[in-house]
Amino acid sequence: MTDTTAPVAFPQSRTCPYHPPAAYEPLRTERPLTRISLFDGREVWLVSGHATARALLADPRLSSNRDRPGFPSPTARFAGVRNRRTALLGVDDPEHRVQRRMVVGDFTLKRAAELRPRIQQIVDERLDAMIAQGPPADLVSAFALPVPSMVICALLGVPYSDHDFFEAQSRRLLRGPETADVLDARDRLEEYFGELIDRKREEPGTGLLDDLVQRQLSDGALDREGLIAMALILLVAGHETTANMISLGTFTLLQHPDRLAELRADPGLVPAAVEELMRMLSIADGLLRLALEDIDVAGTTIRKGDGVVFATSVINRDETVYPDPDTLDFNRSARHHVAFGFGIHQCLGQNLARAEMEIALHTLFDRLPTLRLAAPAEEIPFKPGDTIQGMLELPVTW
Amino acid sequence: MDIDIDKDVCIGAGQCALTAPDVFTQDDDGISALLPGREDGGGSPLVREAARACPVSAITVSETVS
Repeated sequence: MTDTTAPVAFPQSRTCPYHPPAAYEPLRTERPLTRISLFDGREVWLVSGHATARALLADPRLSSNRDRPGFPSPTARFAGVRNRRTALLGVDDPEHRVQRRMVVGDFTLKRAAELRPRIQQIVDERLDAMIAQGPPADLVSAFALPVPSMVICALLGVPYSDHDFFEAQSRRLLRGPETADVLDARDRLEEYFGELIDRKREEPGTGLLDDLVQRQLSDGALDREGLIAMALILLVAGHETTANMISLGTFTLLQHPDRLAELRADPGLVPAAVEELMRMLSIADGLLRLALEDIDVAGTTIRKGDGVVFATSVINRDETVYPDPDTLDFNRSARHHVAFGFGIHQCLGQNLARAEMEIALHTLFDRLPTLRLAAPAEEIPFKPGDTIQGMLELPVTW
Repeated sequence: MDIDIDKDVCIGAGQCALTAPDVFTQDDDGISALLPGREDGGGSPLVREAARACPVSAITVSETVS
């Protein structure tokens, strides 16, 4: 009986970086909805069924506004900073809709297609530099992180020469380790963007932030604080997530030589491979919401004030949607996965991210056909379960 | 086939244009639109998949009553 069993603790760290923790097994057998306990002992709902997840992620009765009393926290450091202003993913409609519409024109499929030559150039240059200095190399610092970092800088109009600063602060923002680190990182990033925005007011450039300064700040649609919050989320979400997909995607492919051979033999499979890697890796594993009203779902009732967590790694392995879900299969349809979320907050940068992942992974294995791990797989460190999943390092040789 | 796009609900995710690029596109503001001449779906089997892929259910597909 489920009600005599202690709820699973969430989040937990993975044992294998591309599979959900073994301790999440009860979440898979108790679809679509079960109870979990958070770090502070609070019990909340855990959504694990694919259809239920899609319905609830699109339900306006679930709030993303982390400033609301009772909003669930997965870690102490999240709890310590959740009152800080978070644009886009931290606000509900109608405010969210206004913010998203200010920027979504820069993240269309067409815009991502236009950026492909620039992404290819960045990927080629990073690989040239890595090849010139190696082998071996750490793929995270030489390739997986700088590529999306340079792309988002070009798109936003942020000087890439500041990357050591903003990459380090983004790392502290997402991983702490202490609440004080997260607060301090936010302070520093806000100060940085404040100064950058002030400079752009004087000397407008051609990036998205320059557009926002010209179009939104000047006519009052966005205040300086609001623009800083927007810049922060775009930069952090724009490089950390994709970097993790490139590093973890490479590791996963190297651990599946048959699939990698299949991909090399047929470059037309690359978009499907990226989609399947998104499904399987589910690097943003634990989307948070707060119920604003009672919601009847799947034969039970989520009460007003209840916390709700979406385990994307479990949802994306719902065997009623994805047969043999633990197997990497580029010939399945991985369509409709929720690795980019669902509902109004579905990833703004998903089209750009797809273009980056496709070009980065294809070019990496095309240029370096003998690419392999330079350390035993089980010794390569990856990120703990309480943050976006990915490799901490990826020693490779060729 | 009748395809209705609720442009107020659309968030510009581009899932429709990704799934059924012969029928859907995004305007310069990112909002979903039907390609000229494809207002009836052009017989594409992917139109319903595109509607299902929409994260905010902004696309409604119905068979034209003739």
